[in-house]
Amino acid sequence: MSDNGAIIHVREITKRFGDVEAVKGITFDVEKGELFGFLGPNGAGKTTTINILCTLLKPTSGTAVLNGFDVTAKPNDVRRSIGLVFQDPSLDDRLTAWENLQFHALVYGVPTEERLGRIENVLKMVELYERRNDAVKTFSGGMKRRLEIARGLLHYPKVLFLDEPTLGLDPQTRSHIWEYIHELKKREGTTVFLTTHYMDEAENCGRIAIIDHGKIVALDTPDNLKDKVGGDVITVKTDDDGAAKRLIEERYKLEAAVDPHGVSFKVKGGEEFIPSFVKDFERKILSISLRRPTLEDVFLSLTGRAIRDEESGAKDQMRVAAKAWTRRR
Amino acid sequence: MNDLVGVYTIWLRDLIRFWRDKSRIIGSIAQPTLFLFVLGTGLSSGFSKAFGGARQGASILGGKDYITFMYPGIIGMTILFTSIFSAVSIIWDREFGFLKEVLVAPISRWSVAIGKALGGSTIAMIQGSIMLVFAPFVGVKLTPLIIVELFPLMFLIAFAMTSTGIVVAARMKSMEGFQVIMNFILMPMFFLSGAMFPLRGLPEWLDLLVKINPLSYGVDIMRYVVIGVNTYPVGRDLAVISAFSVVMIVLAVVQFGKQE
Ligand SMILES: Nc1ncnc2c1ncn2[C@@H]1O[C@H](COP(=O)(O)OP(=O)(O)OP(=O)(O)O)[C@@H](O)[C@H]1O
Ligand SMILES: [Mg+2]
Repeated sequence: MSDNGAIIHVREITKRFGDVEAVKGITFDVEKGELFGFLGPNGAGKTTTINILCTLLKPTSGTAVLNGFDVTAKPNDVRRSIGLVFQDPSLDDRLTAWENLQFHALVYGVPTEERLGRIENVLKMVELYERRNDAVKTFSGGMKRRLEIARGLLHYPKVLFLDEPTLGLDPQTRSHIWEYIHELKKREGTTVFLTTHYMDEAENCGRIAIIDHGKIVALDTPDNLKDKVGGDVITVKTDDDGAAKRLIEERYKLEAAVDPHGVSFKVKGGEEFIPSFVKDFERKILSISLRRPTLEDVFLSLTGRAIRDEESGAKDQMRVAAKAWTRRR
Repeated sequence: MNDLVGVYTIWLRDLIRFWRDKSRIIGSIAQPTLFLFVLGTGLSSGFSKAFGGARQGASILGGKDYITFMYPGIIGMTILFTSIFSAVSIIWDREFGFLKEVLVAPISRWSVAIGKALGGSTIAMIQGSIMLVFAPFVGVKLTPLIIVELFPLMFLIAFAMTSTGIVVAARMKSMEGFQVIMNFILMPMFFLSGAMFPLRGLPEWLDLLVKINPLSYGVDIMRYVVIGVNTYPVGRDLAVISAFSVVMIVLAVVQFGKQE
């Protein structure tokens, strides 16, 4: 079944929990060595899909093949090929950090001579080396999360599943962890399957599947997805937003929306558009902002809803215009 | 090969957890100790009054004081409770998520079930051995031979009981299930095992219930080894408890293997 170098083949997978159909027939491939992202709102079916791929759940219908092994027929071989960082806690909090990693290294058959070195490495990466002999129950939430990530990276799996791995971690730790993931990917050729709500993390992915209500609504590279949105997002605030909207719709034939922040619309080549708009608009302009479309916009335009309100993709925002930009006539 | 490492790792984890949790060690000794000394002493003096002298009263108890008679039963109780509690920790592991880490590991389900059974048995055997320090206080003289016989015996009984616990807990999804185990398995098994009363001359219905309880045979042979009193032939005791162990561990492996 292993055609075209894909390491994960998913064909028409569905999963039903009683009346709820959590996954409604999804199909995709993940290439060897790829960093593949799953992006979607709460309850979209991301974790369910991962649980099927890692053999914790059986699909209601459809087939999934990982590293050449069918997930329902050959679960043991699949498990040998994967590593996981679960979305929910999965540590033994009576054991120490070291013991948790030791347990993992043993059951995953990490070679004895490498075991201690690797445990030390990952503990240092997540800055828990000093706390290695403390029971996990004395750790903070973020520390526990870091330890789980360290554990998932311990045995160099062929496919690494990361279910919202860095949720709730501080930016410094997140970038540490990402460095390590990139390094592992380069050195070991690890395929990474990621779900995340952080847009900047999703940007790391080679390809992204956007999933909503158990269906994949788009699957492409981040750049291609953003191009589909239809250009840069410009927001102008004027002393007569109604007039601005009319101008944009009539003169430029663009769709515009008015909200308290001003008039927003999408246009290709936003930088060139701004000067001509400034020339054409006869009233006072208070501010103009331009930003590249984010994956959030992609999601919004595909589903009509935001992924999560608090995520605004701040890094992608680029303010180009000064406030209270008054135009002399 | 990796499966054997799996068995060892699961076993080791249970032991580390046991060792770390001193309150659990003390807790699971406190209850049998209380039974032994309060109930044992109380009933001992009650018996001797009722039967008009310790000697006659003791004849039904195989010529022993009640407290001496019940002592092996109390060791059996310690083993039963510790075994079942260890097995039931599977439900805790599920609740706290650690079971997922175990279930996606590249070790087979049977090695997890066996590791768990061995871990619980080892712990129960240790707990049972701790109870041996009370021997001098209840009129039992332990010889090295008794102790040598007792260890494998305690392990065998514990293995049977832990496996039983795993069969029940393997697919249980909630903590509420724990109460069910307590009320419908642990307590009946304990009370119907002859740990607390002699098995001779019971009414028919009770005799039947005792005879279908596999723990009765475990307690019987323990009593034989420790104080030389038994109701059933020793060979039958051993055969029943061994057969029960085999059946239960097979069921445990099957049940554990079925879970998603
Ligand atoms: N064990 C289960 N029993 C019943 N329903 C379930 C179960 N697991 C998941 N579901 C349902 O399946 C749907 C998808 O859940 P899933 O956990 O896959 O979402 P998700 O995309 O991971 O969401 P989140 O971003 O919140 O993690 C939800 O409606 C959820 O309620
Ligand atoms: Mg999820």
